[in-house]
Amino acid sequence: MCGIVGLFLKDPALEPQLGQLLSDMLITMTDRGPDSAGIAIYGAADNGKAKVTVQSADPDTDFEDLEAALKAADLDAKVTVKSTHAVVEVAAADAARVRPVLASLRPDVRIMGSGDCVEIYKETGLPKDVVACFDVRSMRGTHGIGHTRMATESAVTTLGAHPFSTGSDQCLVHNGSLSNHNNLRRELAREGIAFETQNDSEVAAAYLTAEMAKGKDLGEALTGALDDLDGFFTFVVGTKSGFGVVRDPIACKPAVMAETDQYVAFGSEYRALVNLPGIETARVWEPEPATVYFWDHKNAA
Amino acid sequence: MPVFDLSQTPLRDLNSALHGLASGANDVDFEVINPRGHHAVAVGVDSPINITVRGSVGYYCAGMNDGGTITVHGSAGPGVGENMMSGTVVIEGDASQYAGATGHGGLLVIKGNAASRCGISMKGIDIVVYGNIGHMSAFMGQSGHMVVLGDAGEALGDSLYEAKLFVRGSVKSLGADCIEKQMRPEHLQKLAELLEKAGVENVKPEEFKRYGSARKLYTFDIDNADAY
Repeated sequence: MCGIVGLFLKDPALEPQLGQLLSDMLITMTDRGPDSAGIAIYGAADNGKAKVTVQSADPDTDFEDLEAALKAADLDAKVTVKSTHAVVEVAAADAARVRPVLASLRPDVRIMGSGDCVEIYKETGLPKDVVACFDVRSMRGTHGIGHTRMATESAVTTLGAHPFSTGSDQCLVHNGSLSNHNNLRRELAREGIAFETQNDSEVAAAYLTAEMAKGKDLGEALTGALDDLDGFFTFVVGTKSGFGVVRDPIACKPAVMAETDQYVAFGSEYRALVNLPGIETARVWEPEPATVYFWDHKNAA
Repeated sequence: MPVFDLSQTPLRDLNSALHGLASGANDVDFEVINPRGHHAVAVGVDSPINITVRGSVGYYCAGMNDGGTITVHGSAGPGVGENMMSGTVVIEGDASQYAGATGHGGLLVIKGNAASRCGISMKGIDIVVYGNIGHMSAFMGQSGHMVVLGDAGEALGDSLYEAKLFVRGSVKSLGADCIEKQMRPEHLQKLAELLEKAGVENVKPEEFKRYGSARKLYTFDIDNADAY
């Protein structure tokens, strides 16, 4: 099963409510998968800054004095701790240095994602608890995606939870299971992509990252996924300014979308969408199999 | 007329009330409001009652219906009318995948589009879709009729048995062993009857093509009979 949700705002007036709306959507999907949950929120980019979301199994030890330790390593960072996660904010020019510095200072800390505006929070447990522990409801943003997991292809761990982020400001949630992920992982690893887990969905995320690194936009990368990924999938994907949805040609994993002048929304079921403003008059439809749906704030502007 | 507000009342109360009706009861009209995509709305109805649902429903609405008339003023999630025995189910909006799957009887009308696997393994149900149907529809259909006013997706009628399919628009592709067949007078007559029952106006039976089984697959070959 698994439940996935996504919300891409067109109307800036809704931005303060993004965390609230997306949290409610995700909690409604709890009975599709109660193992673990995660959410990615795209906030406003702070010019010249980059953010890295990190996670620790022992946050009290790892995050204590982390800001000072980073400063001592000549990395001017602001660290905001939220439960087991922390957002490390640095100057964009220093973004590439965060991973190696963290790896030496705090070897047990895991990177959840990074970019100009994305923050990713995921943990084992129910969506309502995960959302509460990271105070997702208070977060504002332009778009976001969420996932509640019923594990099939890898263990129930924090790292096995979605969203998966394999590139700057990129992340993916997946309902389904891939059958050619082992081979594809080997090919992508040969191209230099590092993997954190044995999870099939991480391979899908890495595939899209690799395709976009070759110059494709999100829509083109998703079109490529239809040819190169084998298995069952409904993907919802976020980039810095874009939001995409694609289902495999068999399309047995459910999907419902809604669009109004204010937003584009995705849910595994219509239930996830019923609290959205104006849903009564929204255009609601089931995305077609093997068809890429793709929105971008840059194109929309 | 009893009204069930599913934003206030648990689904189980609704379905228990529908199942608990005494034979010959006078309360035959029910209204359901605020279904909000709930699963299993009005499943297992087994008496000739009328249920009007105002809003969209989730999985398996009107499943196993045996004699009820259930109208959804909204769209339906996967498996609407699954395994229907008799009665009528009308969806004013769209239906998700496997609408009317394994249905034994009754009439399912979808006024919008139906997604993939509509009427999969149908066993006697009649399905009328005003719009289009998705891929693998009527897969292994054994009996009954499917009428599609719009287009059909890929692999229509794959591994079909005796179900009769009528499509007015285009068919993206036919499934294994499914072929176009001659429209004979009895088919036109049946089609006219189904269109009328489904409330379709201004559409003539002559505008449809008929599809059915070529009966060439293994199961139809008499030489394979002694394998059992």
